[in-house]
Amino acid sequence: MEWALFLTFALLAGAAAVGMVLQRSPIYSALCLILTFFAQAGLYVLLHAQLIAFVHIIVYAGAIMVLFLFVIMLLDLRPEDHPPVRFGQAGMLLGLILAALLLAELALGIGPRIILGSQGSYDLETLRMLGNTQAVGRILFREYLVPFELTSLILLTAMIGAMVLAKRRPE
Amino acid sequence: MVPLWAYLLLSGFLFIVGVVGVATRRNALIIFMSIELMLNAVNLTFVAFSRFLHSLDGHVFVFFVMTVAAAEVVVGLAIIIALFRNMETVNVDEIHLLKG
Repeated sequence: MEWALFLTFALLAGAAAVGMVLQRSPIYSALCLILTFFAQAGLYVLLHAQLIAFVHIIVYAGAIMVLFLFVIMLLDLRPEDHPPVRFGQAGMLLGLILAALLLAELALGIGPRIILGSQGSYDLETLRMLGNTQAVGRILFREYLVPFELTSLILLTAMIGAMVLAKRRPE
Repeated sequence: MVPLWAYLLLSGFLFIVGVVGVATRRNALIIFMSIELMLNAVNLTFVAFSRFLHSLDGHVFVFFVMTVAAAEVVVGLAIIIALFRNMETVNVDEIHLLKG
């Protein structure tokens, strides 16, 4: 059952990702990417990361992709702005080299001796008792409090930057 | 139970699709979407490892990656809008101000 769900979500995510790169028009690319995000949220649920799954849907499908679609429609591109997709040899070569590297790393890492070094204390039973959101919140606000507060600085900078960049300059 | 390598394989595949998208597509918007795809592939790796190592640190990192991704998209789209306003194109081959 878990394998069936995993394969469904994985195939959906992979196919939609390939579709995103192959589509000519950015709007279809954006829709394919949204499909990928939903499939990925399913995978997060399979990994017992329910909080991440829902935050993922809210942030990515809800905020980021809406922003993308908004900008695509705002720019009002003509069909002749979308030339047919050509795949140069350099990009293909880069992809192949990276694929080989990642596969090699994976083959090295599959050995359980490397991956499963030291186990943390949050196994499934603990999580079920504690609650996923509570556990993540506890670790976020205790051990990672300073980085968490610093992310607000990133958001503030991004906000100011976006306003300055996109503002129409007075002639 | 689905083993860790299956998740890593999928995440590697998504990352490579993103890299090929950045390397081959010339539309700035699609390049940005490919970057989002790569960030998401990394997020999947974080969550998978944190599930198999019984740790929650990966989940916290995913939150940080999401924050950075959101900030990056906001600034990036603002740059694209400013570029389109000045040059009437989002094709990165036609934008070569720094090449002289």
